[in-house]
Amino acid sequence: MTELGLLGVTIEFLWNVDFWINVGVLATTYGVFALGIQLNVGTTGIFNFGQAGFMAVGSYGMGILVVKADVSFWLALVLGVLIAIAAALLVGLPSLRLRSDYFAISTLAFSEIVRYVADNWDGLTGGNLGLFGYTDSWTAASARIDELLERIGVAPRFLLPLLLVNLAILLAAALVVLLLVRSPWGRVLRAIREDEDAARSLGKNTFAYKLQSLSLASSLAAVSGYMLAINISILSPANFEPVLTAYGYVIVILGGLGSYAGVVVGSALLIFVLEATRYLELPLSDARIASLRFMIVGAVLMALVVFRPQGLFGRREELTLRAR
Amino acid sequence: MSDPSVLAAASRPGRLAATTAGLRRRPLLGFALGAAAIALLLGALEGWRELGQATINGIVAGNYFALGAVGLTLIFGVLRLVNFAHGEFLTFGAYMLVAGNALGLPLLASAAFGVLATAALGLLLEVGLWRPVRRKRVGELQLLLLALGLAFLMRNAMAFVAGPEDRRAGANVTAGLHLGELRIGRTELIVTLVGICAIVAVAVVLRSTSLGRQTRALADSIQLAETTGIDTDRIVLITWATSGGLAGLAGILYALPAGTVHPNLGFGLILSIFAAVVVGGIGNAYGALAGGLLIGLAQEWSTLVIDPAMKVAVGFAVLIATLLVRPQGLFGRARGVEG
Repeated sequence: MTELGLLGVTIEFLWNVDFWINVGVLATTYGVFALGIQLNVGTTGIFNFGQAGFMAVGSYGMGILVVKADVSFWLALVLGVLIAIAAALLVGLPSLRLRSDYFAISTLAFSEIVRYVADNWDGLTGGNLGLFGYTDSWTAASARIDELLERIGVAPRFLLPLLLVNLAILLAAALVVLLLVRSPWGRVLRAIREDEDAARSLGKNTFAYKLQSLSLASSLAAVSGYMLAINISILSPANFEPVLTAYGYVIVILGGLGSYAGVVVGSALLIFVLEATRYLELPLSDARIASLRFMIVGAVLMALVVFRPQGLFGRREELTLRAR
Repeated sequence: MSDPSVLAAASRPGRLAATTAGLRRRPLLGFALGAAAIALLLGALEGWRELGQATINGIVAGNYFALGAVGLTLIFGVLRLVNFAHGEFLTFGAYMLVAGNALGLPLLASAAFGVLATAALGLLLEVGLWRPVRRKRVGELQLLLLALGLAFLMRNAMAFVAGPEDRRAGANVTAGLHLGELRIGRTELIVTLVGICAIVAVAVVLRSTSLGRQTRALADSIQLAETTGIDTDRIVLITWATSGGLAGLAGILYALPAGTVHPNLGFGLILSIFAAVVVGGIGNAYGALAGGLLIGLAQEWSTLVIDPAMKVAVGFAVLIATLLVRPQGLFGRARGVEG
């Protein structure tokens, strides 16, 4: 056993393929999640603190449609995104016209209320027992991907089909967002970030652009919610703690504000660290270890924001973390 | 920015429009009339005893919402800081009460210890974190993220130290008083009276003392306050101590009748407290006090007609409705609200 005895760390997991598949599945999930935050915060300059709530709305919407209303899984994937967009409009319409702090408060409050409702509306969401039974279509699709893989000589492995699908989705989503950001539409978003009054004086309906940016971010949150829902095959309110939004911000700032390649790198880095630290052997109860991990996430977020707001690869001149 | 009420009155002539415009100009009157109308409706439909009981519960809840909200709104007003970690101040105060009990202090002394310790925490964070960060001239997003990170750090640090299990707050939660058919717990009654005294004290200090006037001046414009010779550093420190102390008191007043303290205590209340702040007008201390009572009443009254488990969602609904109808809140001014 390869052991760094002093800390009680075994690093054997690094040679385990399943560890890396798990990291890949989670990193792609959080990558899509954080793409939305990057679009809102890094490109548009609106401070969305409710991404975890939009993720919950999209994935619960999908799950409820499949389990309770017998809608086909594939149709529910589309409808879930529409529900997430409706939620973005519900929060954005009253609060995006107002000062940015109102928007930050409203989105954070929204994500909490979603979790609260999911926890208490047992009849619809299964409450804290969770919602399950929406994965049948995926299991069939996953088996077919396994068949295809076997034909080219790859042995089936747990979660490998999901990893491949997730990777394809992350790359496609990053590409689409990147193209959009470089389009005239994206130039208006950046103009809003730099100086909203100037963009407005050029006749741009900045409110509509901000709503569109939020709706797109919410759609991405819904898709990342599907990735999570399929991975864990049970939806429970505890999966949508606001700490997810904090993860998203850590990813975005690690990778650099405004950088979409940075989102991919940042998310791989954060998830690797989070998953690898599970192998730390500490003489503590599970609950205390969970608290310790969240403490560290909070401290890392604070330290990044103070000491390296431009991220690991960001440039100072792209730095837009300033008051408006 | 032009006054929306003037626009409304001009665009919709007629007696009804004039009345609504008048109410818009006097939001508190409109709010009181609206509340009275809802109360009459609820009483007639659901029974007067139920309404009375819900009103008592609403005032009890409104107290700790108001005390939590006033500290949050003062910090926002003075420093433009949305302190997402404010809920954790409530939790901290409640845990310090438990710590005082564990040291063998009488309950009252433990409560005082909790309030003072939370005030000290506010000061410590100002000196150790917020002031240095302000000197670095960080932007708005950085401040928001720092507050968010601090909330996770504090909440989980408390969970780490105290463990996830409930701790007893140490008050008698079974004794109660009956007023006719209505019931109020003895501890509930005591904490409500303490809360009302604290709310009145805060309002009086803000209104009538030099300190209160200076604080309100800072909340209005820190630059203008500085040019008039106010020692802004001193007022900022006092504001943090007040915000922390009131948050600690709110956490204690919540924990005593509830009976137990746990790491998510403040986190469970922060949504309602934010709703109270927005309803009252962000940055306005009187607004926060009124907003807290309003949210408490709205949540408890809602239990008469909807599933009580959903009452926290009512706070969110009121928040969204406020942003739609009157984003500056009950007491705020329209200037500067729009982005």
